[in-house]
Amino acid sequence: MNGQAYPRMYLYRRLVQAKLFIDEHYAEPIDLEAIADEAFFSKFHFIKQFKSIYRQTPHQYLISLRIEKARQLLKAGVAVSDVCYQVGFESLPSFSGLFKRMTGMSPSAYLAEQQDLKAQITAEPLAYIPGCFAHKNGWLKK
Amino acid sequence: MTHSTVYVLDQDSAFDFYTNKLGFKVVTDVPMGNDGRWLTVAPPQMPELEMVLAPVTRSMFSKEVSETLKDLVRKGTFGVAVLTCDDIYATYEELKARGVEFTKAPTKEFYGTEAIFKDDSGNWYSLAQLK
Repeated sequence: MNGQAYPRMYLYRRLVQAKLFIDEHYAEPIDLEAIADEAFFSKFHFIKQFKSIYRQTPHQYLISLRIEKARQLLKAGVAVSDVCYQVGFESLPSFSGLFKRMTGMSPSAYLAEQQDLKAQITAEPLAYIPGCFAHKNGWLKK
Repeated sequence: MTHSTVYVLDQDSAFDFYTNKLGFKVVTDVPMGNDGRWLTVAPPQMPELEMVLAPVTRSMFSKEVSETLKDLVRKGTFGVAVLTCDDIYATYEELKARGVEFTKAPTKEFYGTEAIFKDDSGNWYSLAQLK
């Protein structure tokens, strides 16, 4: 099941490849102009086409992706300063400010909240599983 | 509706499919030893709707029912949901690039443009850009 041609197929493929490149290399210093070149777009045209499909500019998408990856790392218990640099930010205050603006919580508060939650789940797993499912699986008897 | 269930053949593989390929977010992941996990994921723009990635366990079903259910899943019996998107061609190309198997390419229908794909267990989904 592969390419039946559809309108603007080659344009879509170039844009999607550019987005997938950002997905793979988000933690590195990304040159969006170079990505535009690779996709055979001018920078202006690349931003316009990207935004028409993804509702965000490539830069906005990159930032939101980095913040989402940061959220996942914090949830896994990685320290705030490590997370900052692992996802590609170069300044801890900028990262913290952006994280709070986009999630409503500071990275350290989110990290603490997730650590507490993990401890509660470990101590009392059944408190986080609907009774119907636990009952059907016989977990309540144990 | 707060929860919906999809039966999967392997929770680890399903976890990879739904999060890394489909882009769903993990909501709850509670290990329960050998019986699997209480594992729920949500579509990126619907964080309140939890889809339970439910293993077919002997705790829940008899041997006969368990084998029948797994066979039905494997054969693609269950159409789980319709997922809508803003741009079907962009979503189609991206999911294909991530290794999602489509059984129907985007095709114009009276309600919009629709494609069909399978998850790693065999369950199928409609992907649609509505008019």
